Amino acid sequence: MDFAIDYILIPFIKIFIVFNVVAGVVALLTLAERKVAAWIQVRLGPMRVGPYGILQPLADGLKLMLKEDIVPAGADKWIFTLAPVISLVPAFIVFAVIPFGPADGFTILGHKISYFITDLNIGVLYVLSISSVGIIGIILGGWASNSKYPLLGALRSAAQMVSYEVALGFSIIGVLILAGSLSLVKIVEAQKAAGFWYVFLQPVGFILFFACGIAETNRAPFDLPEAESELVAGFHTEYSGFRFSLYFLAEYASMIVVSCMAVTLFWGGWLRPFPSVHNVVLDFLDAIPLAPLFWFAAKVVVFIYAYLWFRWTWPRYRYDQLMKVGWQWLLPLAMANVIVTAVLVLLLKG
Amino acid sequence: MADEQKDSQQPEKPAEQPKPAAPAGEGKAAVPKPPPPPPGAKPAAPAAPPKPKGPQQEPWSSPLVDAIKEKFGGEFIKSYSFLGQNQIEVKKDRIAEIMTFLRDNDIVPFNYLVDETAVHWPKTEEFEIVYILYSHAKNERVRVKARIKEWEPIESVSGVWTTADWLEREVFDMFGVQYLNHPNLKRILLPEDWVGYPLRKDYNIRLQDVEWVRKHLGIDSGQKYYVGEARHEDAGYVTPSD
Amino acid sequence: MSTKEEQTLFDASEITVSMGPQHPSTHGVLQVKLKLDGERVIDAECVIGYLHRGVEKLGEAQTYGQFVPTLDRMDYIAAVSNCLGYCEAVEKLLNVTAPPRAQYIRVIMTELNRITSHLLWLGTHAIDLGAVTVFLYCFREREEILKIFENYCGARLTTHMFRIGGTQYEIYDGFQDQVRVFLKDFPKKVDEYETLLTENRIWIGRTRGVGVISAKDAIDMGLTGPSLRGSGVEWDIRKAKPYAAYSDFEFDIPVGEQSDTYDRYMVRLEEMRQSARIVSQAVEKIPDGPLMAKMSKIIKPPIGDIYHSIESPKGELGYYIVSDGSTQAYRTRVRPPSFVNLQSLKRMVAGHMVADVVAIIGTLDIVLGEIDR
Repeated sequence: MDFAIDYILIPFIKIFIVFNVVAGVVALLTLAERKVAAWIQVRLGPMRVGPYGILQPLADGLKLMLKEDIVPAGADKWIFTLAPVISLVPAFIVFAVIPFGPADGFTILGHKISYFITDLNIGVLYVLSISSVGIIGIILGGWASNSKYPLLGALRSAAQMVSYEVALGFSIIGVLILAGSLSLVKIVEAQKAAGFWYVFLQPVGFILFFACGIAETNRAPFDLPEAESELVAGFHTEYSGFRFSLYFLAEYASMIVVSCMAVTLFWGGWLRPFPSVHNVVLDFLDAIPLAPLFWFAAKVVVFIYAYLWFRWTWPRYRYDQLMKVGWQWLLPLAMANVIVTAVLVLLLKG
Repeated sequence: MADEQKDSQQPEKPAEQPKPAAPAGEGKAAVPKPPPPPPGAKPAAPAAPPKPKGPQQEPWSSPLVDAIKEKFGGEFIKSYSFLGQNQIEVKKDRIAEIMTFLRDNDIVPFNYLVDETAVHWPKTEEFEIVYILYSHAKNERVRVKARIKEWEPIESVSGVWTTADWLEREVFDMFGVQYLNHPNLKRILLPEDWVGYPLRKDYNIRLQDVEWVRKHLGIDSGQKYYVGEARHEDAGYVTPSD
Repeated sequence: MSTKEEQTLFDASEITVSMGPQHPSTHGVLQVKLKLDGERVIDAECVIGYLHRGVEKLGEAQTYGQFVPTLDRMDYIAAVSNCLGYCEAVEKLLNVTAPPRAQYIRVIMTELNRITSHLLWLGTHAIDLGAVTVFLYCFREREEILKIFENYCGARLTTHMFRIGGTQYEIYDGFQDQVRVFLKDFPKKVDEYETLLTENRIWIGRTRGVGVISAKDAIDMGLTGPSLRGSGVEWDIRKAKPYAAYSDFEFDIPVGEQSDTYDRYMVRLEEMRQSARIVSQAVEKIPDGPLMAKMSKIIKPPIGDIYHSIESPKGELGYYIVSDGSTQAYRTRVRPPSFVNLQSLKRMVAGHMVADVVAIIGTLDIVLGEIDR
């Protein structure tokens, strides 16, 4: 019985909660994007649906679901339908390993409930590999549209994402060297033990990670493959209605994933500032129920805001400049970061 | 010839305006009258109403004009200045050479073709091709005019200034002037399969509309289609070159 | 070339792609046929005429006074300049000068219009390259000027402000204050745009070295306006052949050095500042006097022809009017700056990437209404 509760019921409940929260956040993110864009641009954004436009995502979702279902002539209907799903599902699955708080969370009725769904000991690897599956969804979407330009746009997007994945992977290695583990929970605990968030020990790594993350999710300034004013309109040209909304949601979900990863790997996850310092005030902060969740959420919000901020401020890179930045700048820098980190760790530990 | 007659009637004027600029606010349209000509000096005037007395063409001579006369004596017709704007009239033969000379000469190098356009004079069945040139070095503008008959082609000057490429295409499009040696003479503003040349005086838009309505809707549109278009056939109409 | 040449999707030989008439970045109905070799553009051919309305033929059917509002619709962004050019051309033909008060009002309105035109250019150019926010900021400033226009003549875009012989409307109470309020903040706003774009690596990467045309080529192709000044030729009709009251004001002409898109961007930004400078000088000393020159109500210019050009925000806007002594012109020719500027697209675009074509079309600052008339 205990087994059933601990290993089936509780995870189910957690999955249910996490899934709904993430879906809700993604929906709110669509509104946040428009609101933040508006405030940067000296206007108000959606204001009509609900007080201050809060219910706009509902209206958007309803609209997209009720739109006519158009499948281009000659398109492979099954793959056309499947492709956005292939993009969306991995973005959600990744949340299984992201730690929103420590393992010793709170106890309900004698059962210990941790703040994460599971703690894979190859957590980082899991995240990287699962999010790569999303690229297949883009390629299939472009191919299944049976049209020249979406296919070329999809290939461009895919090429961009694959290039930046390499640099992304390298930028994380510094953190792995410092933490000594691939498990996300252990990485955060290592930051607690070290007393510093890893961003202070790996500033270059963080910047590289976030830049590559933006390129991974096809966001500005790396969003040429899907920009409207370019010649090739991108892989989702032929998508409309509900299928388009799936791609849309996949993009926002990946944004949240990258933000969560940045927070977990570099910014101390659920840790409060000065995690290993103890005094009256800070211990009091620790004692507040669900405190880790609050810290985690606050940091993720900052990163998501940064995502939106960059999109509405900077122009976009041309495609060849984009690839050049990825291969000629970020990758060598990431490799150099690994070497320097390794050397320093060896010297300081030895 | 008419120029010389007019000149004898009016005193020499300073460069800019035929009359010193009237004090601001008092100039009149169609201008204060010059002193009445002494009787008998006027040649046998055409039976038409007296010419509107207004700014007249002043003869214009300059080192540049002399150089042109020297090189292209056969093609040079006349040079004059009207309301302070210098103009040269030439024949259409060797127009590309004349333009090359105008661009490359040392006196006033006209390195910039401002505009090239045409005016249709149906009474004489001629097109007047107008080239407006400007010299950056000397800050001078000149207008060169060449007349061709409606059916004659004329050399393109797109080899002299690339600007002429599209400008000549537009003249071709609107008037039907054939340009020789043009890199890409096809219609530019109208669709490729358009029939007719709209800016000609005999291209009567209202008449076309009346015919279209008659053909497609089967009714009479009742528009007057001679207003404005046919007035040039009126007797007594004068052109500046008369 | 093997004999077994298959036309596959990834054929390396040239393909022709059409940036069709409907496209978010071609600022109007312009079709650009690009011949591509992979990503590089080998050749570009512009197909225009989608907006041809026969303005020049209308010029022969309407009287001089009736024709002025038709011209607003040509370059609808800088409508005041069109008006100014034509009115001045006809005034020249009539040998009439507008009174000084009208001249000053004309200069103020034309310069304000230059600012709006450049603001619109900056907004659309930036948004084509991805910097969306600049667009909104530019329109915020533009809104202020359009309010001034609306208060003055009732229209924001197609203004028909001037008449042949002067201006019709008297400036309203509070005009000078409104202009002064606008001018107080405007230089700071231009600095704001600069902070977003001028030093931005991405902006520089997208515009430096893109669309280079040498001064000699530019003059040969008839390029005028800020595009020409970006190539280093210091020529502005307001200084070379002053018209209206421009000789009364002090202003500089910005000139670029490297003849690329970035320099043209800097030139136009600086021109906005200089226009603000002119307006601030003009608005202080508007002379008193009548608004219209004394002339007959029926405009019948003498027989002859005239060419007059002004510096519109896009370049040299010229009017060639042939008059036959009647109330309608015999031939009205408009020399549109964008039409001649667009010819240079072919030369500017060769060798660049497809994504640069958008930047180059933006930097030429074309208005299809003017090109097609």
